[in-house]
Amino acid sequence: MTTAPVTNPQPRGAQRPRTIRFRIERCDGPGKPARWEAFDVPVEPGANVISCLQWIAANPVTIEGKRTTPVVWDSGCLEEVCGACTMRVNGRVRQSCTALIENLLAAGVTEVTLQPMSKFPVVRDLFVDRQRFFNDLKRAKAWVPIDGTYNLGAGPREKPADQAERYVLSTCMTCGCCLDACPQYKKEEDAKEWDQSFVGAAVISQVRLFNEHPTGAALKPERLDFMASIGGVSDCGNAQNCVKVCPKEIPLTESIAAIGRAVSIHRIKQFFGVRD
Amino acid sequence: MAASKNQRVIVVGGGLAGLAATVRIAESGIPVDLFSIVPVKRSHSVCAQGGINACNEVARQQGYSEHEHFDESIYGGDFLAHQPPVYEMAHWAPQIIDLLDRMGVPFNRTQEGYRDLRLFGGSLYKRTHFAGATTGQQLIYALDEQTRRWEAEGMVAKYEHWEFLWPVVSDDGVCRGIVAQDLRTMQVRAFRADAVIMATGGNGLVFGKSTNSVVCTGAAAARCYQAGARYANGEFIQVHPTAIPGADKLRLMSESARGEGGRVWVPAVKGADGKWGKHPDPSRDPRQVPENERYYFLEERYPKYGNIVPRDIATREIFNICMEGLGVFGGNMVYLDLTHLGREYLERKLLGIIEIYRKFVGEDPADVPMRIFPGVHYTMGGLWTTYTPKPDLKGMVPGAPNSMMCSIPGLYAFGEVNYQYHGANRLGANALLSCIFDGLFCGRGVVNHVKNASRAAADEPQSIYDGVVKQEEARVKRLAESKGAENPYHIGRELGEEMTAASTVVKSGPRLEQAMSKLAELRERYARIGVDDPSGWTNQNLAHARAVGDMLAMADVILRGGLERRESRGSHYRTDFPERDDARFLKTTVAEWDGASKSAKISFEPVETGLVQPRARTYGKVEGEAGKKPAAQPVSV
Repeated sequence: MTTAPVTNPQPRGAQRPRTIRFRIERCDGPGKPARWEAFDVPVEPGANVISCLQWIAANPVTIEGKRTTPVVWDSGCLEEVCGACTMRVNGRVRQSCTALIENLLAAGVTEVTLQPMSKFPVVRDLFVDRQRFFNDLKRAKAWVPIDGTYNLGAGPREKPADQAERYVLSTCMTCGCCLDACPQYKKEEDAKEWDQSFVGAAVISQVRLFNEHPTGAALKPERLDFMASIGGVSDCGNAQNCVKVCPKEIPLTESIAAIGRAVSIHRIKQFFGVRD
Repeated sequence: MAASKNQRVIVVGGGLAGLAATVRIAESGIPVDLFSIVPVKRSHSVCAQGGINACNEVARQQGYSEHEHFDESIYGGDFLAHQPPVYEMAHWAPQIIDLLDRMGVPFNRTQEGYRDLRLFGGSLYKRTHFAGATTGQQLIYALDEQTRRWEAEGMVAKYEHWEFLWPVVSDDGVCRGIVAQDLRTMQVRAFRADAVIMATGGNGLVFGKSTNSVVCTGAAAARCYQAGARYANGEFIQVHPTAIPGADKLRLMSESARGEGGRVWVPAVKGADGKWGKHPDPSRDPRQVPENERYYFLEERYPKYGNIVPRDIATREIFNICMEGLGVFGGNMVYLDLTHLGREYLERKLLGIIEIYRKFVGEDPADVPMRIFPGVHYTMGGLWTTYTPKPDLKGMVPGAPNSMMCSIPGLYAFGEVNYQYHGANRLGANALLSCIFDGLFCGRGVVNHVKNASRAAADEPQSIYDGVVKQEEARVKRLAESKGAENPYHIGRELGEEMTAASTVVKSGPRLEQAMSKLAELRERYARIGVDDPSGWTNQNLAHARAVGDMLAMADVILRGGLERRESRGSHYRTDFPERDDARFLKTTVAEWDGASKSAKISFEPVETGLVQPRARTYGKVEGEAGKKPAAQPVSV
């Protein structure tokens, strides 16, 4: 039996640098200029970007020895299921909780740069406002229109293969990595512009998810009208960055293709006056 | 008085309990203002992995029933839970699964297309429904979608990134609103409501590192308690047997890993006397350890339940094995082994947790046994609530306005922040159930409370709202201007370390007394903190410092309850009182805030046990009572 050596969980302090330098793009609030600050953070065993930010919050002193304000960031579960802690780590959009310092070092990184997501308005420092994203889920009618919460028996039976397909689509945590990486998705500071701009891969994939559900399909015509409108699926430029950065490996390009086809059929049916 | 046009309900917290309540109340025609520190879709419920329990047809034909589910939950909770609410919840469970199914939750399916089932702790029947190993995420997404639907209809207004600060109570003692703060603009504002539902989850962060999300400070419950609401069973904190330690938190490895066949073991050698001892080489690769040198201690000690004994028992056994020096690599770890189950099976049934382990530990559980250790996980205690039992005690009266109402009328506690249902130890996959049950079943009670109210929040004098706004603005100002030498982050960390050492798996009177002294020191230092960030915009530093003050108040409740409860029951294990003592302590611990001493006054009140008489809780352990008397002593710092 050939086996890879098992990682010894004991701290390997001798091999690990004592500190790692963080360069953080900061901003005090909307309309305020961005600036960079650097911090040297001791590397604990198992450290990730979050534990380093927690250390900085408790010790907000820059490498110049200047006492500054603690860095503001968004986080929640720290297990990559809530989507809150999304930011750009060394230029790549991702969840910062799974950005383990040891892995970054192994990849040859000597410094860690942290920047807020680029497509959402900055609230402060690394904390951005993703309200537009949630708003687009509302426009997409991304729900199953049930009759109500009183007991009406079970839902429809489902083949395991169909469940598997819906399950992966349903793991989307509205983190916005796919939007950040998309060349077509534009930053819109003004909420009035939201419905004029490309909605991006995640929302298109949610349309697919709910169109595939037997009860959810009741709203399929309305969802496809939305997908056929300005900012809908035809705005996709096929860069395919979305699928590369999705932390849940959701087949976003397949969803875009499926909804693109569905919109074409929907339009032809509309032209001939046939119902979906 | 019938519900008038301007009547509203406030829900604080957008996890499963809060969203289930929101949907239920909006559906009844009363608008809801929904407050949450995080966008509700990111609430801590997303972290729940394993599943949700309910009697089902397959189990029923094997002899299972709703009554059995009820009995398991009472037995699992060491008889501390009031029985009528648990009875109602167990009997409601199947229709909750059906509803979630209708909402589109992608429950795992059998080849014929029925909902698949798995085994879970504390039961010998498959009665846990699941969606991969991210069931909580899938359930909250379904409720988030339904909430968004009501939001689109104008029946729900969301206040996300708002923090609850204090309840507003009228001169008749009824809660009629809240004061909250926008965590971006830092504006402090009052909101009127004809009922307020707290659905704010547990307090894992009081213990520093836990499996909880970063928002689970318990501060909201602590504020209600300091405003006069009673708090119950604070000392009952669930330590989950299987978590992976990290620098920022402990990550849960779901009980479903064992439900699906995962085995817990340590490398050891069996002596001639049949007793297991240390192997001379502690550094062996687990894959090289021969079968006869693997000590499957849960299977050996609990032949009936094996690896799926309830959490408090599994946790103590793992803890003791490590204290005996039998832990993996001689440290505080045991193996949770899934390697025999096969990669395809694991990815289909447990993908969520397999990925967490791969990403955070860098090893594949399909190839190498996982290394795990217990971690603080769930708050069984919570705000004290009442209910209306049916005359025969078999369930609760549907729609009763006091369903899960706190000691302050008009204030409710749903979900983990409610102390009901789980007694001294929660069974796995009952939490998602209790959250949704509270929202749906008790949500009807809230609607009736609002409809029957003799006074409306809209008619209350503005002064009662302004008064609380002033109180909270003064607190914000005091914190923003504090320039002391003490660091609130350090106080929070020290509190967590002390609470974990003194008041988790193993406790004792002297160790709890020591923790009380440490707590007094921390509270004294807290009065001299400094807040680094003077900003009036998105000041997380200030919000954190404020929450630390509330966590100190909650720690006092937990420690005092633990000291006064001179027995062992469920998750609460005292080396100096190792036996359960029903005569003195088959009672709910009630903590009331004493403003003068700024600490908890503890009393005990009877538990309704009219349906199932308490019996010995052994889970078929073969070594008699030995397991009740671990060799280990509490950790001293």
